[in-house]
Amino acid sequence: MELFVFICAAVMVLLGALGVILRSHPVHAALSLVLTLFGVAVLFVAQDAHFLAAVQVIVYAGAIVVLFLFVIMLLGVDKAEDIKTEPLTAQRPLALVLGVGVFAVLATAIITSTDSVVRRGDGLSPTEVADPDANIRQIARSIFGDYVFAFEVVSILLLVAVVGTVLLTRRQRRVEVVSK
Amino acid sequence: MIAAAEPTTTWYLLLSALLFVIGMVGVMIRRNPLVMFMCIELMLNAVNLSFVSLAPRVANIDGQTAVFFVMVVAAAEVVVGLGIIVSIMRGRTHATVDDVAELKG
Repeated sequence: MELFVFICAAVMVLLGALGVILRSHPVHAALSLVLTLFGVAVLFVAQDAHFLAAVQVIVYAGAIVVLFLFVIMLLGVDKAEDIKTEPLTAQRPLALVLGVGVFAVLATAIITSTDSVVRRGDGLSPTEVADPDANIRQIARSIFGDYVFAFEVVSILLLVAVVGTVLLTRRQRRVEVVSK
Repeated sequence: MIAAAEPTTTWYLLLSALLFVIGMVGVMIRRNPLVMFMCIELMLNAVNLSFVSLAPRVANIDGQTAVFFVMVVAAAEVVVGLGIIVSIMRGRTHATVDDVAELKG
């Protein structure tokens, strides 16, 4: 059963990811991104990270992709771009070679090292965590206990990001008005 | 036989490595800044997936806390990045990153 869930979610993730980089239409790429994000959320649930799965769906698939679609429509680039032409010669073959190389390095590292790093059955295994709220309780204790300072700093970061974006886009408009 | 077919942590890590590489290749081959941004999100998600798959195996929840902070920072990053893209690309018909080379003095 767990294997079935893993395979379905992995297919969703990989199809979505390939859709993001191969679809020529930006809107299709954004919708493929939603597929990938949902697949990752399913994998989070399969790993008993229920809180993160909910945050993944709400923040990523909800807010961030909507923001992407909003900007695509705002810029008016919602038409298929020509991805057949290649401005730099040999860029794509080199990118593919580099990708295969990086994957080979990562896969070798994972396969050779996980057996030594991973201590199976030692952690928060699903059988130990019988309480369905255990994950949320643990992560809340971690965020508001050990990492409460980082939590506050991150809230300031969000505030700065919002104010910065408003300033960034407003000043541009005022310059345009003056130049007209 | 069925117990042997359970997805192990190695499978999750290999999947996240594959997702990361797809995002990396996407950043290198695409020209549209919005699609490149989506590929950065793919890479962030790959790293999140590897954190979450390792967290239950090493006896503490800190990996999931790290994923929570990565998500918050990714949201802030998307807001700022899209603001920059909007202010650069506004009024242009084609949105490609090569156009930004015109800024060079």
